[in-house]
Amino acid sequence: MAQYLLSVWHDDTYEVDFSTPDAQRMVAQVGAFNEELQKAGAWVFATGLRPATSATVVRSSGGDVSMTDGPFAETKEQMGGFWMIEAADLDAALEWAGRASAACEGPVEVRPAQG
Amino acid sequence: MTEELGEVFRREAGRCITTVVRVLGDIDLAEEAVAEAFAIAVERWPRTGFPPNPGGWITTTARNRAIDRLRRTSVGDERHLAAQRLHINDMESDHDPELDGLDDLVDVVADDQLRLMFLCAHPALNVDAQTALILRLLGGLETGEIARAFVVPEATMAQRIVRAKRKLHDNHAPYRIPRPAELPDRLHVVLVAIYLIYTEGHTATSGATLSRFDLSTEAIRLGRTLVELMPDEAEAAGLLALMLLTESRRSARVAFDGTMVRLGEQNRRLWKSDLISEGQELVRASLRRNRPSSFQIQAAIAAVHSDATSGEVTDWSQIVALYDQLYELRPNAVVALNRAVAVAELRGPSEGLMAISQIDVVALDNYQPFHATRADLLARCGRREEAITAYDRAIELTSNAVEREFLIRQKAAAVEEPQA
Repeated sequence: MAQYLLSVWHDDTYEVDFSTPDAQRMVAQVGAFNEELQKAGAWVFATGLRPATSATVVRSSGGDVSMTDGPFAETKEQMGGFWMIEAADLDAALEWAGRASAACEGPVEVRPAQG
Repeated sequence: MTEELGEVFRREAGRCITTVVRVLGDIDLAEEAVAEAFAIAVERWPRTGFPPNPGGWITTTARNRAIDRLRRTSVGDERHLAAQRLHINDMESDHDPELDGLDDLVDVVADDQLRLMFLCAHPALNVDAQTALILRLLGGLETGEIARAFVVPEATMAQRIVRAKRKLHDNHAPYRIPRPAELPDRLHVVLVAIYLIYTEGHTATSGATLSRFDLSTEAIRLGRTLVELMPDEAEAAGLLALMLLTESRRSARVAFDGTMVRLGEQNRRLWKSDLISEGQELVRASLRRNRPSSFQIQAAIAAVHSDATSGEVTDWSQIVALYDQLYELRPNAVVALNRAVAVAELRGPSEGLMAISQIDVVALDNYQPFHATRADLLARCGRREEAITAYDRAIELTSNAVEREFLIRQKAAAVEEPQA
């Protein structure tokens, strides 16, 4: 078994309004998908993330710690959430990713963990 | 002997690597081991003569060498232990590589080739990486040869191959034949990669000569292998037919002075009748299954062309009908453009231009054949100024010297004698 990061990417201005029917449908889909992951024993961890503007970057060098406001990479696309899953191989991970993408209605990046 | 050895290498390298990959679970190790086995063969066979089954000898020797090396250098790695386990039975029996393991190789080799094909053309790789891996691992081509064929620096190609192998390795890409449910999609990716190798050889995107024989031949060889391995897959037969029928016209495509000859003006006596009949038979067989898909329809179009004794007597209504069918399956601008060419032959150049005007032009603005086709039809309609502008754009877009020369002559003809 190997572990894979399944990350969801949004435009950096993306913010979910959970009161809308669209968002509620998505939440329900993701909830059902998470249950499937757990039932299959593929679940390691998963969560959605607050907007990238809420991020802080911390650097420690030679005992000095400095902080900067905002996400590390100033890019148009930011990670909006992720799953860490366990799968037999890449094809199994890609299959989960396809269902993840359908559930969260956005593109999902698959990246293998070390080891 | 040296030439024969080279031929054995070309023929067997892919098959040997496929089996050794399965045994070792590692592409790089397999490649090294097979290279080592070939080095031994080069040294030994001139003295002893060829063994009865050269491919089997290479495979078994490579596997044994690799496992010996693993035993010397590593302990504890799961993969290596697995490889040793697989090997234990062989070590207990006769250790003559010409004999041991040959029987069980016969059955698994076919599946191994398929596994490796699906691994090389894994949808997680881009198509450049897929074609490079296929040629390297299944074709047994050197990185330098592949780089020259695709006109990229050797270092670029080497990096492309290393990156692709590394991605498959890091991602734990499985070495298996896709399940029936996944097979149509996965097979299509394999076929597209092989066809890309073929078309790259058929019309070099750049360089001085129109055809690069090796790539096309290699693609047809891979296509044949695939049809042998998956005789029930009509789409694989369709691809092979398409390549054979296109290949049958190769020597008619280029005139003695090296310039390009269009299909309608080709000397059809130069077409290879054996390739045509093989291709047509495949088309007939695959269409009988009545599950037409894009390669089959394209092959059927090529088959209609090869039925005609001249450009004029071609059954253009049949070809337009096939393009209509193809467009339903693959509604893209390139298919629409080819359909417009057939419409022009059937109903005249102005009807062809009308069909072109309905295509999404933005999608084709950087596509040389779009401008070349438009230019030709405009010239045939006597719209000289527009034709010249379109020729200029086509010439600007082509990087193949032979094609450029052809377009320049077409343009000159349009300038000199405007057709009514």
